Amino acid sequence: MKKMAIIASKGTLDMAYPPFILASTAAALGFEVKVFFTFYGLQLLKKDLSDVKISPLGNPAMPMPVPMPSLVQVIPGMESMATMMMKDKLKKKGVASLEELRDMCLEAGVILIACQMTLDLFDFKRDDLIEGIEYGGAATYLDFAGDSNVSLFV
Amino acid sequence: MNIDKELDARGLSCPLPILRTKKTLSDMSSGELLKVIATDSGAPKDMQAFSNQTGHELIETSEMNGEYTFVFKKK
Repeated sequence: MKKMAIIASKGTLDMAYPPFILASTAAALGFEVKVFFTFYGLQLLKKDLSDVKISPLGNPAMPMPVPMPSLVQVIPGMESMATMMMKDKLKKKGVASLEELRDMCLEAGVILIACQMTLDLFDFKRDDLIEGIEYGGAATYLDFAGDSNVSLFV
Repeated sequence: MNIDKELDARGLSCPLPILRTKKTLSDMSSGELLKVIATDSGAPKDMQAFSNQTGHELIETSEMNGEYTFVFKKK
């Protein structure tokens, strides 16, 4: 059986998609998949994903309905607005929500691993995170990644 | 052709058509035929890749008015 190992290190809405899309698809293609969530990526394992947002600030490649100078993007509420607009667009275009993709990963047997060091660093509780995941460190990841056909850092 | 099951994946974007196809096939028996209809223009390439990787044979692909039809034979 082919294997895929992914490190998910980012916690923004845009960067949350690649690990979940690749993991769920690889599982559907018959891969054994493990995803290791570290640093900001740990946000993606929280029960409540409403903190996962997108920020147009510092991201000149983000398509905007109207051009918006950086100084405008720092106005309070802009981040929430951009997130709302992005989620709306994702839904309209038939793209799955993060919750949906994450559920499909679990359903397909993808192993999600939370970085214990990050958990301690940010004072997260295991209770904040979803059930059915594993906890471990760099060695846990490498133990699996060493035998993987595909290994990605996102 | 005797289609055993049909999956409507119209309006869905990557990777949902693949995930739904996989899920539907897992409830079917070996040799049965699944017809999938999708509008994702990336689907023809992805469905072929899905077939290559899983061994479920893609026995027909067609396109009409922006709608793609695929027929899989379950491994």
